[in-house]
Formats: sequence, C-alpha cells, structure tokens
Amino acid sequence: MEFIYYFGDVFTPLSLMLLLGGTIGGLILGATPGLSPTMAVALLIPFTFQLEAAQGLILLGAAYTSTVAGGAVSAILLKIPGAPANIATTLDGHTMAKNGEGARALQLSFLASAVGGIFGVLLLIFLTPVLAKWALAFGPSHLFWLAILGVTVISTLDSASVVKGLLSGCIGLWLATIGFDDIMGAQRFIFHPALGGGINIIAALIGLFAIPQVLTMFAKGRGNDGAEVIEVQRHSIMAAIRELFSRTRALSIGTLIGSIIGLIPGVGGQIAGLVAYDQTKKFSPEKDKFGTGHPEGVIAAEAANNAMVGPSLVPLLTLSIPGSPTAAVLLGGLLIHGIFPGSDLFDNHPDVAWTFINSMLIGQVLMCIFGLYVAGLAARVAQVPQSVMVAIVLALSVFGAYSVQSSMGDVYVMACLGIGMFFLERFGFSAAPLVLGLILGPIAEANFIQGSMIADATDGKAAYFMTGGLNLFLIVVVIASIAYSVWMELRHSRYTTKEEAQA
Amino acid sequence: MNRSQHIFGSGLVFAVGLWVTWVSYTQQPAEAFLFPRLIASVFVVLAGWTFGKAVMGLSKVGNGVSRTMFVNMLPGLFVTLVYIFWAAKSLGFYTATAIAFFILLSMYDPTPHSVAKSWIKRGIITTIFVAIMYGLFAMLLNVYTPKEILF
Repeated sequence: MEFIYYFGDVFTPLSLMLLLGGTIGGLILGATPGLSPTMAVALLIPFTFQLEAAQGLILLGAAYTSTVAGGAVSAILLKIPGAPANIATTLDGHTMAKNGEGARALQLSFLASAVGGIFGVLLLIFLTPVLAKWALAFGPSHLFWLAILGVTVISTLDSASVVKGLLSGCIGLWLATIGFDDIMGAQRFIFHPALGGGINIIAALIGLFAIPQVLTMFAKGRGNDGAEVIEVQRHSIMAAIRELFSRTRALSIGTLIGSIIGLIPGVGGQIAGLVAYDQTKKFSPEKDKFGTGHPEGVIAAEAANNAMVGPSLVPLLTLSIPGSPTAAVLLGGLLIHGIFPGSDLFDNHPDVAWTFINSMLIGQVLMCIFGLYVAGLAARVAQVPQSVMVAIVLALSVFGAYSVQSSMGDVYVMACLGIGMFFLERFGFSAAPLVLGLILGPIAEANFIQGSMIADATDGKAAYFMTGGLNLFLIVVVIASIAYSVWMELRHSRYTTKEEAQA
Repeated sequence: MNRSQHIFGSGLVFAVGLWVTWVSYTQQPAEAFLFPRLIASVFVVLAGWTFGKAVMGLSKVGNGVSRTMFVNMLPGLFVTLVYIFWAAKSLGFYTATAIAFFILLSMYDPTPHSVAKSWIKRGIITTIFVAIMYGLFAMLLNVYTPKEILF
C-alpha cells in the first residue's frame, strides 16, 4: 500500500496542471487520425526535459492514456480509428453514430475506457512491486537474456514477417552500438561527425515514429481529405452510466482480456480491442447485432484497449521490457532522467514511480470526465486538414530533436532514421522492434560485457550464459516466441495460398 | 509490389549487414567489438535470408512505393530535406520553419491555388504556428536555436 503515501504528489499545482494538459491534449491528439499514441508521446518528450522526472512522466502517462481513449472519437464520428487500438471500436461505434446514437456511443466508450483503465492501473499498482523485488534475483546473464527477449518478442509479434521483425531488432541493436565504446573508449561505426556521441534516443524515437507518418501524408497527395463529422445529439450521461453497468458481460470480458494482453510484451492495444470484441460477440446471446451498432461492441473494445495501458507498463517498470511501442518511448523518457526501471526505481526513486503510477489512476478519471465533455471539440480538431497536420508534425519533429542537446547533428540523425524507416516500412520492416533494439541494446551490451568478465573468471561464457534455471527459462521463452510466430506465419501463408488458389 | 523493389530494399539492408560484419570483425580493439560481432552475425544471416527470398521472388510482406506515391511524396520530401539540411542552419530556425511550413501547406492544401483567400489563410496559419513555436521553445523552454541571417 506504499502508493497511498505518494498520492498527495499528484495534486501539487504543477503536477495537476500537467495531468490536465496531458489529458486534454492527449484526447485531442488521439482523436486526430494519423497521430498515433506512440508518436504523440515521442513528440512530447522534449517538453519534459526541464521538468522533474515524476512530472515529466505524469505528462507522458496522461498523454498515453488519453490518446488511446481519444482515438475512439474519430473511430465513432469519422470511421477513422485515431490509433490502431481503436479499430474494433469503429465496427459498432460508427454505425451507432450513423443511427443518431453518436453521443451514446462516445459516452459508453469513455466510461468503458475509464473502467478498463482503472482496473489496468490497479493491476500495475499491485503487480509491479512484487515483480520488481523478484527482479533483484537477476544477474548480468539474466538481464542480457531479458533484453534479448524484449527485442525478440516485439520483433516476432509486432511484425508481419518474423525474419523482417528480427532483422529490424538487429538493426536497432546495431544502431545502439554506434559511438564510443564505454569500456575501451574505441570508436565504433562513426561514419559521420554527427554520430560521435552515438545516436540520441529521443531524436531517434521522434524520427522513427513521426517522419514516416509525415512522408505517408505526403504520399497521399493533395486530395480532399476532409472527413465528414457526424453531428452528435444530446444523451444523458446518467443513462449511459446505467447502461454500462447493465452490460457487465461486455465490460468484464473487455477489461480482463485487455489486462491480460497488456501484460504480454509486444502485443498492442489493437489486438486487445479485436480479441475482446470477438470474445464478447461469441459469449453474447445477441451475436447477430454485432456490427450493426451494438453498444456491447464499443464497450468491449474500449474497455480492452484502455485496460491494456496499465499492464503494458508492468514489464517495463520491473524488467525494462516495454510491453508496447509507446511503453518503449516511456522507457526513453525514464532513461533521459537517469532512472532505470526495476528494483532501482522502487528502492531509490519511489516518489517518481508511485507519483507516476498514481497519476495514471487519476488520469483515467480525468480522461473520462473530459472525454465526455470535449469529445465534440476533439472531433472538430480531428478535421484539421492533412496539409496543416503534416507541416505541424514536421516542424515539431525538427524542434523536438534539436532541443534534446541543442545539436543540429541530432536533427540530421532524426531525419535520416525517419526517412530510412519510411522506406523500410514499405518493405515490410517495423519501427517497434528497431526502437526496442535501440533502447535495450545498451542494457544488453553492458550485461553481456559484465557477464563475460565474470564468465572468464569462472566457468567460461557458455556455462555462464547458457546454464542455470532462469537462463534456460529465458532462452526457452525467446525460442518459443520465435517458433510460435514462425508457425503462425507459415499457417497464415498456407491459408493465403489456399485462398489464392481457390480464387 | 514488384520484385525489383524488394531486391533493391533487401539488397541495401544486406549490404549494410555485410559492412557491419566486416567492421565488427576487422576493427581493433577486439574487446570493444565483442557485442557488435554477436549482433552482426545474426544481422548478416537474417539480411542474407531476406535478400535471397527477394531474389527468388518469395518476398510477400511490404507494399513498396508505387509511382503515384513517389510522385506525391517527392516535392514534400525535397522541401523537408532542404529545410533540415540547409535552411534551418543557414536562414535561422524560425525563418526556415515559417518558409517550409508555408510551402508544405500550399503544396498539399486541396484548395485551388487560384483562390486568393486560401493564400491569406495559409499565411495566417503559418504566422500563428511559428509564433506558438517561438513562445514554446524560445521563451518557455529556453532552447537556443541557430539564428544566422534571420531569426
């Protein structure tokens, strides 16, 4: 119950202002098609440099929570999911809006998001300290394998092709080695003066997530992109609350599935929403109504994608393995303040850890309140023309990357990585594993070197890294995650081939 | 997507993989390249596999860049490159941002260029945006930006 002691820190004027700003800004950014939660959080990181670590994380955490929920606004009113996590919401939400029930759909989506989100954060509160204590038993070899596990899990689960996902992870791990070696001071892969200090993680995050989005918007050309917003009629909030709790099956299935999926590193909100929608439909006596504007479809999808947010931070805060690409960006936000996740975070910076987690709990409530009242405004903002959006994102990326160290080198690195990532994505590569490689690379290398030194003084590298219960367990999980994804890919390609043959 | 695009893309990644492997195994001190060697070995194998699949026409994931996409993207990409690699440093951050912002807005705005009001609208949006950026970065966050010939 340590978290209760730090509740007061969330209510200081600055923290509260950041929480409010992050929540309202996140709702609006989330409602804007094309601005993913990961990109929104990455673009916000430069604004946290002058803040205390806890306050910076409050801003990022509030933005993370609200962008996921805000994505429902454009999913319901424009039929354009604000983020991949809101794809399932579109199925019934937009139909409800077309039937004149837009306000009801929005209210149910924010209320379900809040219930799912609060449950998810409670899971984060009660699971994290236990796992963080367990993480104390980890030595260099285990931490090395954990870092590798983080990269392989997200590489295999977040990519359409396992090999390309793993290759993206490898590229990220290689990029992390650029610069001066920590132990020998040797230069590694410095082929341009801008790389002398290595690749700055924040500049890289902005480039990898924002620039491909900018280029994708360029690629759409000058077409008229103004989506038409469906007008929202008035609907009683109390009636929506009563309806939400009368549909407990959809709410509990969504919340549970979202929480479980959030705990699995690499599986995002998109999967949580779709699986929850599918399972709610299976268990519903009104299966036929799904897809025709059934409120349970909206409740299940939104409860799941927000319930995923809290648990996705459990592996991040305890074992340094981000549960989602956005969590990876949050890890970057932690590292720039010199804070390392795990027991160090809870033993040496409990104020930072608990203030951040508590703020997420309060943030869920604020997100719900503001969501219910600013949804209409957010929908208007979602209509901002793409030409304006593309110019804003580009300028924010340049200023954000520059402000990290007041270095043009970082801006060049950001641009090169972003343009490269755009083309890599077009060839089936994925940004998430690359980012994970970049973030976890230094952790993997430091523990590999430390472990190698211990191994050389004892039984040798093979015995040190490949034996012992925990090492073997982690190796088996690494192999299993790759094998499972290969199997799924083969199965999928077989079905595709059969379908192609039949067609 | 056509096969040649897959071959080109994966070939480029494979070439980087070969270079990383070569550097990792030839540069000294060897201790500093212990971890890069580990990464490079996996990197080059996976890149080789991907390239091999592309050459044999078995690459299926990825839509490539269509001609229309490329043509649409090219002017924006050009402005972006000039803005980042030349104008921001040479003209000053805020001037370069205002110019790039206005050009991009004009290039991708679906409103016909013959409508005089659209130019005024773009000018107002650009001015407001640059003023907000100046307030945020120069005044609130105290970020010192290159000023050069203009501000």
